[in-house]
Amino acid sequence: MYLIAEFFRQLVEDYPRWNFIWMYEPVQQEKVLSGIWMTIQLSVACLFFSVIIGIIGAFLQGSRNAIVRMVVQGYIQFFRNTPPYVQLLFFYFALGQFTPTYSPDGWLEVPIISNVGWAIISLSFFAGAFNVEIFRAGIEAVPESTREAASSLGFSRAQTFRYIVFPLAVRVSLPALNNNLVNLVKTTTQAFGIAVPELLYQSVTIWNDYPSALYPTMLLVFVVYIVLVGVLVMSMNGWERQMRIPGYGL
Amino acid sequence: MVSWTEKDPIVSIKDVHKSFGALEVLKGVSLDVMKGEVICIIGPSGSGKSTLIRCINALNDIQGGSIHVRGIDLTDPHLNKLELRKKVGMVFQQYNLFPHKTAIENVMMAPLLVLKEDENEVRARARDLMKKVRLEEKENAYPGELSGGQQQRVAIARSLAMSPDIMLFDEVTAALDPETVKEVLVTIKDLAQDGMTCILVTHEMGFAREIADHIYFTDNGVIVEHGPPETFFTKAKDPRTKDFLSQIL
Ligand SMILES: Nc1ncnc2c1ncn2[C@@H]1O[C@H](COP(=O)(O)OP(=O)(O)OP(=O)(O)O)[C@@H](O)[C@H]1O
Ligand SMILES: [Mg+2]
Repeated sequence: MYLIAEFFRQLVEDYPRWNFIWMYEPVQQEKVLSGIWMTIQLSVACLFFSVIIGIIGAFLQGSRNAIVRMVVQGYIQFFRNTPPYVQLLFFYFALGQFTPTYSPDGWLEVPIISNVGWAIISLSFFAGAFNVEIFRAGIEAVPESTREAASSLGFSRAQTFRYIVFPLAVRVSLPALNNNLVNLVKTTTQAFGIAVPELLYQSVTIWNDYPSALYPTMLLVFVVYIVLVGVLVMSMNGWERQMRIPGYGL
Repeated sequence: MVSWTEKDPIVSIKDVHKSFGALEVLKGVSLDVMKGEVICIIGPSGSGKSTLIRCINALNDIQGGSIHVRGIDLTDPHLNKLELRKKVGMVFQQYNLFPHKTAIENVMMAPLLVLKEDENEVRARARDLMKKVRLEEKENAYPGELSGGQQQRVAIARSLAMSPDIMLFDEVTAALDPETVKEVLVTIKDLAQDGMTCILVTHEMGFAREIADHIYFTDNGVIVEHGPPETFFTKAKDPRTKDFLSQIL
């Protein structure tokens, strides 16, 4: 460890623009690590909730109630057709004003939803809107005749959805879902706008304090995202392979 | 309602009218089927054969007339479709197997989920059924790995797993090539010989002649002519029936 730190200390002596400060200074290192960790947490939470929103939304879109379908449609239009960054600011600054607060020590007023909470909510709804469309396309790809076969065997509507339509729809949806989730992970950088201490936020504070660390830190941000998205894509592909049905087109 | 006895028709269709929007597809169809009987419905394309057979398990609703299946009134607004579908099995032209489940899982699914039966019992019964349709060695194959004829026999086993009283077959050999048609027909024949009540829509005239107790000829939403096969095929009176038979035979 000591040798590595010494190497980077020497490097900045020889090449002043390449200050890998977080390789030898504990405070900056701590910032980078906590930033990466926050990015991972943010990504995982948003992936999870956006998929849940997608499933529920797609199920509701098949509702017989026209009002329910209209609400879902309105949700999709709003979140798909407006910039995610503006949505985030709106959630945090506009809706954030109306959220109740609590007081841990009798002095401070802390809103029950933090900026991290708002980032998760806003990004999940944003990506969820696309997921609804993705799952809906998958559901529509399941032939009516397959559903009829299930109902003629006595399956209820809910059983048909759960055991037949949904498993088939997921397989059809996976490639498109894959793309959307990759975009979502990258979009988490926008949480920077409401001071969520994720990787980009921490990186900017580092290079503001140490302009000599600009190039190395940007490089770091790229590398971290390449690795994170790479892991996501690999696990999605693995999942896709595992779900492949022998003799079926997917 | 359930005042049905074996002396009554197990399926009783009276003056049924069915429309899709403005298009009237069934224009007053009546027919009775007794328990253990095998009936075949034949007729030109678009004459309403599929529509009629789909009414019998309430996949289609009807706008007029009545249908009773084992005493269950299908026009009852409080119709319990689950009860009906436990009694009526249906096999489709395009097999419609569940592609993400193996052959035996396809057969086991409905008894497990709908009848909530014990898994071991269901598996044993599914194995017997796979044997009955001569596919015991294909239990773990997925539908995509089976030929059309094999898929259709799994579909038959899947319906039989619910122990229905009546089986509906809608042109179940129409999508198959000539060699595999036979294996499916043999399976249906076995069933008929075991006493299953069967209602078939088919274009296989030789087969209809061989197994049917009664043949119905439909054209343009009505039954034009019907009778036991011997008289139907040789002594048809209606010109439309004669015309159809002369084209097909
Ligand atoms: N779901 C539907 N909506 C609208 N029209 C329909 C529907 N199903 C069937 N029809 C129409 O009803 C008529 C009868 O169709 P049906 O499928 O019962 O004919 P068929 O006798 O089974 O013909 P084939 O031998 O080609 O299978 C056709 O004109 C068809 O276009
Ligand atoms: Mg038809």
